[in-house]
Amino acid sequence: MTTRRPVPAGEDSPAVRLCDITKTYDAFRANDHVTLDVARGTIHGLLGENGAGKSTLMNILNGSVRPDGGRIEVDGRPVRLRTTSDARAAGIGMVHQHFSLIDRLTVVENLALVARPSSWPRRCVMPVDLVGIEERARLLADRLRFAVDPRARCGSLGVGARQRVEIMKALWHHAQVVIMDEPTASLSPVEAQELLSTLLTLREQGATVILISHKMPEILAVCDEVTVLRDGRVSRRLSIGADDRDPGPRRDRLEADLVQAMIGRPRPDPPARAAAPGSPRLVLHGVGDGARVGPVDLSVHAGEIVAVAGVEGNGQAELIELIVGVRRLRTGRVLLGSRDVSSDGPRTRLACGLGHIAEDRHAAAIATRMSVTANAAFGFVGARMGRRWWLPARTMRAHAGSIVDRMSVRLPGLGANIEGLSGGNQQKLVVGRELARDPSVLIAGQPTRGLDIGAAGDVHRELAALRDGGAGVLLVSMDLTEVLAVADRIVVMRSGRIVGDVPAADADVDTLGGWMTGAQPSEQKGVQPSEQKLVGA
Amino acid sequence: MSDVLNLAWVVSAITLATPLILAMLGGLISERSGVINIGLEGQMLVGAFTGVLVSYLTGSAVLGLAAAVGAGVLCGLVFAALTIGIHADQIVAATAVNLVGAGLTAALVPIVWGVDGISPEVARIPAVSVPGLSSLPILGDVFTKLTVLDYAAFGLAVAVWWLLFRTHLGLQLRACGESPEAADTAGVPVRRLRVVAQLCAGGLAALGGASLSLATIGLFVASMSQGRGFLALAALLFGKWRVWPAVAVCLLFSLVDALQLRLQIIESAIPHELLIALPYLLAVLALATFVGRAAAPAAIGRPFTRR
Repeated sequence: MTTRRPVPAGEDSPAVRLCDITKTYDAFRANDHVTLDVARGTIHGLLGENGAGKSTLMNILNGSVRPDGGRIEVDGRPVRLRTTSDARAAGIGMVHQHFSLIDRLTVVENLALVARPSSWPRRCVMPVDLVGIEERARLLADRLRFAVDPRARCGSLGVGARQRVEIMKALWHHAQVVIMDEPTASLSPVEAQELLSTLLTLREQGATVILISHKMPEILAVCDEVTVLRDGRVSRRLSIGADDRDPGPRRDRLEADLVQAMIGRPRPDPPARAAAPGSPRLVLHGVGDGARVGPVDLSVHAGEIVAVAGVEGNGQAELIELIVGVRRLRTGRVLLGSRDVSSDGPRTRLACGLGHIAEDRHAAAIATRMSVTANAAFGFVGARMGRRWWLPARTMRAHAGSIVDRMSVRLPGLGANIEGLSGGNQQKLVVGRELARDPSVLIAGQPTRGLDIGAAGDVHRELAALRDGGAGVLLVSMDLTEVLAVADRIVVMRSGRIVGDVPAADADVDTLGGWMTGAQPSEQKGVQPSEQKLVGA
Repeated sequence: MSDVLNLAWVVSAITLATPLILAMLGGLISERSGVINIGLEGQMLVGAFTGVLVSYLTGSAVLGLAAAVGAGVLCGLVFAALTIGIHADQIVAATAVNLVGAGLTAALVPIVWGVDGISPEVARIPAVSVPGLSSLPILGDVFTKLTVLDYAAFGLAVAVWWLLFRTHLGLQLRACGESPEAADTAGVPVRRLRVVAQLCAGGLAALGGASLSLATIGLFVASMSQGRGFLALAALLFGKWRVWPAVAVCLLFSLVDALQLRLQIIESAIPHELLIALPYLLAVLALATFVGRAAAPAAIGRPFTRR
């Protein structure tokens, strides 16, 4: 920050020291005597599986969760952080994983919310100083090398721009310590790269950054020190030097070390590739919604994982909706096996062996106010639960229990509200539920988003097992590393069309990235010409 | 037709619009903060009754108004305690406010005055003649027939608009209605602001009720609000939760209301039951055809708790 606060307690005291922090939810120890020192002017990585206690710890530092025990020091001085305002006053700002911007307000208005005037006439009578705030916003944006239109409505901004506004919000009160909770989880590769350079800029300007992440490459690329949490305790702490960042055996050892500390076992190997694909399980002929998607021609064969890569918002979500039957099909046909389900609703399609891991978990995969047992039963009640007129509670519990065991979901109890589970554990339950349907075609929409390495590896293995059992899998992912590791065939989607199609063995990041952004001319070789097929049909 | 559509029609429409506008402003503050308030009707009745009661006891209509606002704030406090304090369902709690408001005021009339259903006449808010304006040609008449409350309604509309859309407090309040979680992370005291919004809403609705009883006729009749609280709510929805469109809709409803009152006297061919229903029919028509959900505050009706 240009306006550094006075640091009387001596430059050698850490920017933040969390001492012996304990937090218990019911019987669950989220933080168990955690001690964390973050040196001033560094980027400190905080690693750990879902439910390891990273978010709890950071929410305690941010003042939004109160610890049961422990001390917090900022710049060597003990502080009490009862609210987010306390944290802000202590120079701590947080950028949440789920952005907390108000869509209907403009960027300036969202910033004005945190820029609270001190005297009551200024708050209640005088007009909000939108001009002054806009001016400061522009200065701050310049300093961070952001391009943000302060007058745009937040609802109209893309993910990356929204995150930049969040960062500006966190920095508004001259925060010295910025907490970033999985900042790259929903960003495209290019945006993620930009974010990492923003972190470096922040460090250059004297700020301290705490970076929560699952992604090893970005931790190794920017962090100076790393603390790994496991089961609510610190399991590893180490510094990363300049020579650790370059690819090589030294870096590989470090990475393996961190993974081991995180999940308590070595990194799971990527699943083996498929043998030869069989007959088509899902066929799309010129599918489109008349607006954002299409025409799309695509087929997924038995024993094949086809990945749809692309920058988020290029029609992938809509394509999934068209296949599942929740978006109206304007053109083309959808075939499951040999059956044309174009005019059927999701119920029939699911009955035909379609499984669906929904991309937006909260909107389409779980009912947040219901129990784990009830959520596990979605799609099974009636036909598969045996009884027609009432819900067999024991069968439902057994069913939920088997999913929980198989996916090793961490939870307080089967009767618990699903909202009480961490995002990763919710996702594991959803994946397990859809796999339990034993689908012949599985549509997986970003199934590992927000999952840690261990859990993501488990999901990948399950997808591969399903494929090896003869099902077809359509994987939609924004994560090229995942796509390259798991898929047998990769198609790239841009502006609602498929612009490239390549066997995974022949694919590389540069070509895919080029297709994704349009820098590389689209390769139409592998794409069946839709017109001919339609005329034939 | 000039017997009906003349300046007196407009004057009577403005008078009829005053309670609607005041209640609508209360509803606007409440709903912008994210709390659905269908209890305006009950709060209006409490205000109307308290105003007349205190005016009867003290002989001062001004004290009556002040007491009405106080009673309304109290109603708001009860509603806030139920919905924000203990997370009662907003619709159910507001329905309780409506039932208790209507029942209690009707029951108190015979207890206080010994007559069923109607109070004696009490001191009321007089019409004021605005110096200068009242001597204008043609329009001058308007400025002799309106009361302080009619001017206050427009003044308060300006004040509410300024507060909600120009000040920091208003920005925070709207943030509570759009996304309480986001507001909370920005350091906005969500629950406290929602309580304050409920107190304002109760006070404004009760003032609207008092304007009905104290300014127009100077007495209280059981259930005298006749659904105006709901009409105010309809105006709020139809005005898409914005001050001036909603005020305009209140005026439109009142013009139709005034029209039907005058037609009842002059035109005997149309059954008067049908005429009385006219403003409500207009409200139903308006709501059924024009209002989109997209205009409502995004977090309306959703209680806020920290995880």
